[in-house]
Amino acid sequence: MMSRLRLMWRKSLNNVMLTLTGVAAFAVVSVLFLILGYLVWNGGKSLNWDFFTKLPKPVGETGGGMANAIVGSLKLLSLAAAMGLPVGLLAGVYLAEFGGKMFSFVIRYTADLLNGVPSIVIGIFAYSLAVLPVRHFSTLAGGVALGMMVIPITVRSTEEFLRAVPGSMREGAMALGASKWRTIITVVLPAASGGIVTGMLLSLARVAGETAPLLFTAFSNRFWSPGWNQPIASLPVMIYTYAIAPYDDWHRQAWAAGLVLLALVLIANLGCRLVLNRRGAIRSV
Amino acid sequence: MKKTLLIVSIVLALGATATAQSNGTLLLNAAGATFPYPIYSKWFDVYHNLHPNMQINYQSIGSGGGIRQLLAGTVDFGASDGPMTDEQLSQAKFKILHFPTVLGAVVPTYEIPGVTGELNFTQKALAGIYMGQIKKWNDPEIAKPNPGVPLPGDDIVVVHRSDGSGTSYIWTDFLSKASDGWKSKVGMGTSVNWPVGLGGKGNEGVSGLVKQTPGSIGYIELIYAVQNKIPYGKVQNAAGKFVKADLAGVTAAAAAAAKEIPDDFRVSITNASGPTSYPISSFTWLLIPAMISDVAKRDAIKDFLKWMLTEGQNYNEGLSYSRLPKPVQAKEMKAIALIQ
Amino acid sequence: MSTATTIEQAVPPAPRSRTFIHRLRDGDEVAHVLTLVFAALILLITSMLVYELWVNSHLSRAKFGWMFFWTRVWDPIFGNFGAAPFIYGTLVTAIVALLIAVPLGLAGSIFLAELAPRKLSDSIAFLIDLLAAVPSVIYGLLGIFIVVPIMRTKLGPALKSALGFLPFFQGPNYGVGFLTAGIVLAIMVVPFIISVSREVLLTVPREQREAALALGSTRWESTWKVVVPWARSGIMGSIFLALARALGETMAVTMVIGNDPKISASLFAPGYTIAAVIANEFTEATGDLYLSALIELGLVLFLMTFILNGLARLLIVATEHGGGHP
Repeated sequence: MMSRLRLMWRKSLNNVMLTLTGVAAFAVVSVLFLILGYLVWNGGKSLNWDFFTKLPKPVGETGGGMANAIVGSLKLLSLAAAMGLPVGLLAGVYLAEFGGKMFSFVIRYTADLLNGVPSIVIGIFAYSLAVLPVRHFSTLAGGVALGMMVIPITVRSTEEFLRAVPGSMREGAMALGASKWRTIITVVLPAASGGIVTGMLLSLARVAGETAPLLFTAFSNRFWSPGWNQPIASLPVMIYTYAIAPYDDWHRQAWAAGLVLLALVLIANLGCRLVLNRRGAIRSV
Repeated sequence: MKKTLLIVSIVLALGATATAQSNGTLLLNAAGATFPYPIYSKWFDVYHNLHPNMQINYQSIGSGGGIRQLLAGTVDFGASDGPMTDEQLSQAKFKILHFPTVLGAVVPTYEIPGVTGELNFTQKALAGIYMGQIKKWNDPEIAKPNPGVPLPGDDIVVVHRSDGSGTSYIWTDFLSKASDGWKSKVGMGTSVNWPVGLGGKGNEGVSGLVKQTPGSIGYIELIYAVQNKIPYGKVQNAAGKFVKADLAGVTAAAAAAAKEIPDDFRVSITNASGPTSYPISSFTWLLIPAMISDVAKRDAIKDFLKWMLTEGQNYNEGLSYSRLPKPVQAKEMKAIALIQ
Repeated sequence: MSTATTIEQAVPPAPRSRTFIHRLRDGDEVAHVLTLVFAALILLITSMLVYELWVNSHLSRAKFGWMFFWTRVWDPIFGNFGAAPFIYGTLVTAIVALLIAVPLGLAGSIFLAELAPRKLSDSIAFLIDLLAAVPSVIYGLLGIFIVVPIMRTKLGPALKSALGFLPFFQGPNYGVGFLTAGIVLAIMVVPFIISVSREVLLTVPREQREAALALGSTRWESTWKVVVPWARSGIMGSIFLALARALGETMAVTMVIGNDPKISASLFAPGYTIAAVIANEFTEATGDLYLSALIELGLVLFLMTFILNGLARLLIVATEHGGGHP
């Protein structure tokens, strides 16, 4: 009798909890759709061909767009990726494959600390590193600031997913005579690539929308910014400048810029996933 | 891995070569006040069309930011809603000149259930509200100049700027002149220790909060109120008249102060004399180094200033900024010669 | 003649001197050193950051000393600065955000990893990843336009009538305040928790689930008692990410928290966080003491993150009872 009661209890708990997880997922997804929908609605209204091809115009003049900001964001993000992703990846490999206990703990802890630094403080730091010594703002300085912010998430996810690769795979490779580094490159990393790339994309997505670190490093630019040594416009800074201005036209452009930013991240995500799926990332299920 | 490296190197190469700068383009970087950003961006754009080889890149990172970048030498000139203090000027390695460019005003905006018209505010009322001493809308200090208006007994919700701003500077400058208590307890600046109230970020934040919060009062820039059709109240000036802020009233305030304007143009024109002067008005300044070693840049800046003082002023009113009064314009023209 | 086969090494081990240069010839050593250098780089960057913060805040530290931590005043005009209200606000908003985001995020990730059909799960996860890219400013605007009015007109009064006996839900409700900021932060950090937790849950070997089910557990029991503990460290990692973001978030918070440096028990009251005040006042701050105080606040936040991370890790160690992959 008792065992039947207990079974009923376990069964109903099962149903309740599983439903709750569904509810939670539903709640999050609907908020997400609300946000995306709001952005698409407000931003889509102001998107036109000019937005992608023209430079910003002063207020009161229609037309004008954010072509330089779009290119600027792309340049800054590629710099951030080039500087931050390798550091994160290799550090994650160290923590998962080579690290000693104490040192790894310190590195992990430090990465978490770095993650918690407000973006404006990172901007101030990058300013003292990359702007003050040369006395001018530059794309490079912006890349440095964003690059620093990319590191923590990349490190964490790289380490996490490398660890998740079953020992049997490593042992199999070693039994075939592969050295440790060979194993890592040819077996472990590919196996963990799904999670690692998720982490990388997540970190890039996060810095794509950051404004504060760019204010003192990349500054911004009304015009095109050739090379890597001049101030450069970027979508988040334009959004920030336009959103707090008094003009309706600029507000609409701010929403449009937000939408474009999201679309850029979406395309990058899609691109990476396609490349990945072709390589066949390994998952347990 | 190889693919990524390839992509990265392509992007780097593209970035370096794309949109190559044409020879002879002169780029000037400037930073500072947010308040005049719209008119500055208009000016620099028009000027660029007149002189296509000149690019002036102005970014509104805030008056304080502008001053700091100027002192650090990372920009060619700065802009500020409040004049630099003696202390700041002494920190500079070089002499800095102030040039007023446009005039602006700060207006009180409110959202009171049941009240639709324009309220008259005495100086004591505004100071008392922002000090937290006047707590309810039907306080006699507010009711006295507004006979017949059905002011409710609701609590006043005070809204101020959370971010450091020239607008706050002008507002607190005015309150310091309106009330000795304010001056001694709070003082004036871009950021102060507000006795009461919620902080909204930017004009947008303040007006948003006010609109949504019944019984609230806040202060915003005139152009913001005009562009977004936000109703605002009248303020009593030094002559005792209740003035609603408009472009003419602001220029009148500047004209009244123009007689005593010092040679370095660092002056506060809040609470100016004169029956039509709007009491919460202010100049905003460009901060130009007195010695510029790069000849091309120096000539460009001087030329721009001359243009700004003559042609440029014609664009002010279109964007709801007030023109500089003629005597001030003339005085500035002479001061341009000081740039070497 | 012996029939035993011997395995001969392809390359007989030559006597190798173990000097550093010679060790480098060994591929594994190279890999070890290379990755070590990059790991150490993180330490270097963070140390330089702390050093900069320390050096640039010396004016403020010299003037206020330890008093800085519990002074409640923030007065740029008269040069009196204290961190107490900001420490309080940062802690409160982060705690509220995590209280909302962790259950939601974890539950959602369980659903996506265990229950949802794979295609649906992948597409939703993809969209959730996008949320991480939404600029902070836009979250702030959405907060102002949507969350604040709801808080003022519907959610606030509802909470007041239901839970008004608690000091957390008393006092006037303007729509902006600690609770609103916590909610907006929760929305911002939930994508990190769901995204990473989902990925980690997906790496749990199938055998673990099947073993539990074979022993007669319900779906929920196998998930909660076997799969989740296996993925513990990854999930905790995602929570750390979320916590870090919540502590350091600037734009969105400053638009919905009311920006009033005061300490109050009520969650409806306006407050202020360290990151928000730095973002608000740094660009305009002139005056060395003022700047120094702002930078000292940055240092204080760093210290808080240090302590909170430490406490959280202690919590993990203390509750470890065999869960997690080797």
